[in-house]
Amino acid sequence: MSIPMKRIVLSLLLLVISQTALALDIQSWDTANGVKVLFVESHDLPMIDVRLAFKAGSSRDGEKFGISSLVNGLLVEGSGAHTAENIANQFESVGAELGHDSLRDMAWVSLRSLSETTLWESVVDLFAQVAAQPSFPQDAIDRDRQAMLISLSNRKKEIGDVAEDAFYQNLYEGHAYEVGKHGTASTLQALSRQDLVKFHADYYVGSNATLAVVGDLTLAQAKRYAEQLTRYLKPGQPATPIPPALMAEHGKTVNIEFKTTQSHIMQGLPVLSRNDPDYYALYLGNHILGGSGFSSRLMQEIRENRGLSYSVYSYFVPMETSGPFQMALQTSNNQVEQAAQLLQQMLVDFIADGPKASEIEHAKKNITGGFPLKIDSNKKIVEYLSLIGFYDLALDYLDRFNANILAVTAEDIKDAFKRRVKPDQIIRVIVGEPS
Amino acid sequence: MLPESNCLKMTGFKEMKKNLILLIILLMALPLQAKTVETVLDNGMKIIVREDHRAPVVASQVWYRIGSNYEYDGITGVSHVLEHMMFKGTKSLKPGEFSEIIAANGGTDNAFTFHDFTGYHQKIASDRLEICLKLEADRMRNVIFLQQEFDKEVAVVREERRMRVDNKPRSQLFEQFYATAFLSSPKRIPVIGWMGDLENMEMQDAADWYKLWYAPNNATLVVVGDVQSDEVIRLAKKYFSELKPSIIKPPKLRPEIPQMGERRINLVGQTASPYLIMGYKTPVLTADKESIKDVYALDVLGAILDGGNSARIARNMLRGDEIAVEAGTSYDPFDRLAGLFLFAGTPNKGVSPEQLEKAFIKEIKELQTSPVSVQELARVKAQVIASKVFERDSMFYTGMQIGMLDSAGHDWRLMDHYVDDIRNITAADIQRVAKQYFDPDQLTVATLWPQQDSK
Repeated sequence: MSIPMKRIVLSLLLLVISQTALALDIQSWDTANGVKVLFVESHDLPMIDVRLAFKAGSSRDGEKFGISSLVNGLLVEGSGAHTAENIANQFESVGAELGHDSLRDMAWVSLRSLSETTLWESVVDLFAQVAAQPSFPQDAIDRDRQAMLISLSNRKKEIGDVAEDAFYQNLYEGHAYEVGKHGTASTLQALSRQDLVKFHADYYVGSNATLAVVGDLTLAQAKRYAEQLTRYLKPGQPATPIPPALMAEHGKTVNIEFKTTQSHIMQGLPVLSRNDPDYYALYLGNHILGGSGFSSRLMQEIRENRGLSYSVYSYFVPMETSGPFQMALQTSNNQVEQAAQLLQQMLVDFIADGPKASEIEHAKKNITGGFPLKIDSNKKIVEYLSLIGFYDLALDYLDRFNANILAVTAEDIKDAFKRRVKPDQIIRVIVGEPS
Repeated sequence: MLPESNCLKMTGFKEMKKNLILLIILLMALPLQAKTVETVLDNGMKIIVREDHRAPVVASQVWYRIGSNYEYDGITGVSHVLEHMMFKGTKSLKPGEFSEIIAANGGTDNAFTFHDFTGYHQKIASDRLEICLKLEADRMRNVIFLQQEFDKEVAVVREERRMRVDNKPRSQLFEQFYATAFLSSPKRIPVIGWMGDLENMEMQDAADWYKLWYAPNNATLVVVGDVQSDEVIRLAKKYFSELKPSIIKPPKLRPEIPQMGERRINLVGQTASPYLIMGYKTPVLTADKESIKDVYALDVLGAILDGGNSARIARNMLRGDEIAVEAGTSYDPFDRLAGLFLFAGTPNKGVSPEQLEKAFIKEIKELQTSPVSVQELARVKAQVIASKVFERDSMFYTGMQIGMLDSAGHDWRLMDHYVDDIRNITAADIQRVAKQYFDPDQLTVATLWPQQDSK
């Protein structure tokens, strides 16, 4: 059974047309204290999603590895005169959900609430306090530090975590991305309350923040609440840009012994920033190589044709600067050599020959046709808004996404991969038991 | 006994009660029962359509009432292996072609296997739904089993098992915990299957399983999205109604034998910190109308303990006495077979798993001896009402809920009156079920210990 070509082309056309109508109406402005706000009005469900993001991820840790994550976690452990108990009670008694987390670039606090005025307004001010006025009680500091230390020691026993941590350590030696949010035991132990207060005062400030709001509010209401949600943030200074990471001059393989029947292979390079001119060419090319699940080359060859791994993929992680290109698989110890060679050879071949015309056509259909799925829920929209604001992408980033993908040619992909992905500079991490 | 709570200073009882009333009024004003239509084709296949016009996309899911709870010794994992083989070609499709066609149309597709069901799903622009239905109808009856494909795929599944279970001591602990808690019930069988059975599995095992269970009268199509229900039913009829039904013989019940005292296992694994699981035998929702009171009371009890950062476990065990660095409960009232109410967690540094167990028991005793407070009950009810609104944000999740309930033999409509049923639960109900089900003789405990000299 195959579907006639004509129909696909026709419906692709329809889809491109219908997407113009789908464009998100993003409203954007700055609050009085310099927070960039992005808002999408949506009255379909009586709820509101909020995401307040700061350039306060682990890349801002300096030498105090782990501080960004500890600070982020402590936001809900006491604020002004409120105890952790008070904070949790006030949100949960109206069914609201308070969230928070951090990555290398970004740290955020999020809120999901019903939009009924009394319920919603009962949490707005407390949310503003949670983000801006943590009280850092010493018992909570000690407790959260202890939990991080335990989670850190567990990471050293979990093969996937060992592989990922070693991958970043070797790709980003000496760079702000080397150690992630989990930190290190010695630096965590050395953190003082004063360190935390200072980190928060430096980075959780208006000019370093992006507020994304989606939901059942009018523009006028959103403007008013945006001020209220951020009212306690000092204007402060924006964080300084992170310097790019350099590629190692020569590639290498790092072997880590680990008692297991199945090894993890992870390899890559520091490559891509969010605003990179090669973004679309690399994104589309990687979709073909290893970014599209079952239709990708890596999955077809390594899983479908050879049964070597359950999961195999490649992707670019676009970050503020030099985000990694990352390829990974897991295979039985006795197949490691075969799988590692194959993974590298497939990358070399892809760079040398580029993608086939049919692969490009297929990938473009998949990406552009799947666009509506990217923004089919408030949750996804608020995450995109946050990303667009945080990385200073154009407000029409989503509207122009498909056109940008469709404009990429085979030559663009080949050229971008040749310039940006150097197989002989690849850093490879193998965690397992040599057989 | 419990550390004094500050909550009343912030959110007084009056305010809480006002909030709850507001929530209930809001709930009544909401079109919560989004338009949902159910029909059954002549061949026995059920079609459930829920319209949601927020975005031009659709979630399409075909659910088969088959999973690890239908399996028996020697062929464990066969439902899941078969799920993998469903992508390996039909009389008219090459291996992998199913996913290629979906991808070319901008869709994503995947599948999942669990205790009571195996499901196949696509998310796609809503004007492409017909493609999904046509392809799913084809593989409901026309899968071909090729030896070469099977050999590769079963190797992939063994790698999946190594990744998901054998390299994760906690997953191994859960697997062996269930096999200890259940002796005669198929609840003891892991969904992915025992490694020995995966090594001995033959293609014919999967082919036989397909023949036995994949038929329209053992399947439900769930469609959620920007569609018109009558049009979906027309399309479903077009592609599925020509498929012949099979004789589906329901599996023997294999009830669990009565537990006659506590059971306990200890595992040593590659872990830095110990991990503790405790489980009490508990009922699930059955056709018996009376069962609803018990299972929903257990459900609310779970939220009293573990429904957020203000709940008892966070308050008393993570903060408070600082017994654990992570701890929680889990209970599923809607499984097909009776299961467990679980307590699990990682003890804090310097705290032994025994002390963590004692702390859980202390929480249980508290529930058995004192009624939960009005505030706690109001908080849980507020969360339930709000989460009913929030969950409508995801079409996929809505479809999953309908499909899971239906596959376990429930009427999916119960999700629409779930809030009312929960609201009827009282503090006395919770105390009663705490006494009835948290019986030391019905307890199974599993502990994972760090190796002394592991790398």
